[in-house]
Amino acid sequence: MRPFLYSRATSLEQAMSEAAQSHAAIMAGGTTLVDLMRGDLTGAEHVIDIGHLPGLAKVELDGPVLRFGALARMADVAELPFLKQNYPALVESLQLAASQQIRNAATLGGNLLQRTRCVYFRDGVSDCNKRVPGSGCTALDGEDREMALFGASDRCVATYPGDWGTALAAFDTSIEISSAAGTKTVKFADFHVAYGDDPARESILQPGEIVTAILVQATPAGRHSTYVKVRDRQSYAYAVTSAAVALELDGDRVTAARVSLGGVASKPWRAPAAEAALVGQVLNQAVALEAGRAAFADAKALRHNGFKIDLGARTVARAAMVAKGKH
Amino acid sequence: MSGIETMGSEATGPRMRVTLTVNGADHDIQLDPRTTLLDALREHLGLTGTKVGCNHGTCGACTVHIDGRRQLSCLMLAAAAAGSAITTIEGLAGADGAPHPMQAAFVAHDALQCGYCTPGQIMSAVACVAEGHAGSDDEIREYMSGNLCRCAAYPNIVAAVREVAGSTMAEAA
Repeated sequence: MRPFLYSRATSLEQAMSEAAQSHAAIMAGGTTLVDLMRGDLTGAEHVIDIGHLPGLAKVELDGPVLRFGALARMADVAELPFLKQNYPALVESLQLAASQQIRNAATLGGNLLQRTRCVYFRDGVSDCNKRVPGSGCTALDGEDREMALFGASDRCVATYPGDWGTALAAFDTSIEISSAAGTKTVKFADFHVAYGDDPARESILQPGEIVTAILVQATPAGRHSTYVKVRDRQSYAYAVTSAAVALELDGDRVTAARVSLGGVASKPWRAPAAEAALVGQVLNQAVALEAGRAAFADAKALRHNGFKIDLGARTVARAAMVAKGKH
Repeated sequence: MSGIETMGSEATGPRMRVTLTVNGADHDIQLDPRTTLLDALREHLGLTGTKVGCNHGTCGACTVHIDGRRQLSCLMLAAAAAGSAITTIEGLAGADGAPHPMQAAFVAHDALQCGYCTPGQIMSAVACVAEGHAGSDDEIREYMSGNLCRCAAYPNIVAAVREVAGSTMAEAA
């Protein structure tokens, strides 16, 4: 690890001011940052620990908006009865992520900012446009089974690894960002940057800006929602494919649908074609699979990840049927 | 700032003084900010029960309790743990030195082979029961999935956790 200074923020204002300095890194739970620093994957010379700041870990229903404080811990949020009842997709995305030890430390805000698990980025030596802009992308000629079908380019084919972010993409979500200039909210769809567009940049977050809350518009579709995750082993692994589906139903007929995909794209990926294939239909297995196929109609497979097109379609189909069965 | 003092940079880089509260005792130590809690426990305090496995957050061998919650000490800076109550495998036994019921259950069920992952397994298992996530074999497997056992003693680990969870439930009833 490169040497760095550690300081513990005593106020959000202090943290924002220190974070605006060059080579500063914000740390909350630390589970992703410490690992990145160990691999020399950040230029951090000053770590600002905001993990102990009070008041930023609340989860509350604020009128029509579910407000998740950015410092709420994954494990705690996964246990909230109101959320389990009304937004199972969000709870399941947290329960199926990482391990309980990591969920006890990791925060909702930090989770969104985890970086790709692409082996060529993490190994610290391969050519990687994300790590060393302009150096190339080793995955293009390498082992690309884990790589993206959406949002990739000949500069970067890595996948966004998060489950929570994928589930949030199935709702009307926005991110509250605070800085010395004040507080703003941005649509979740605009928060992450597709790696293929600009490999070195993963979100719109600027130095001095801190994610302070995640805002989800309350919706009856939350009740009929689920997050399905397919992994190489049964637990504690990143998604090979995953899907979040949230439905509004009139009997068996779908009146509104949101579908998002994980494990296959360079950012949390909404699938409007799958949504269109569901709306107006009486939902059964055949309709669900058709929606899954629609989700992957524009997928661009590499040499070793083409199997994800069929697997991903079936993941969407299963999620749609599970969501329908939720009460 | 509780128990943290940043010191002037030396040739070797920044140093700081932190107070870690481990198994009920305060320890003032001077360290490089890069030091993880895992390294501080082992190298500064001599508490080598907490094991270095992957040093990467994937194996669970370094599991300790931070304010009663199981966390990975390899992914936590020691400085970030200042002010929290840290419990390691050395702190599990009762005041009379009697093994914790989970330690006794691991022995009774032969829930280990080489034993290297065992401190992390036991710290995780104690928390798993306390969290209420040991209601069935499937739930135990899911909530213990952050602890890998290279020797694959998993069936006996599940049996040990189930036994302690069962007696805890019987006490609560």
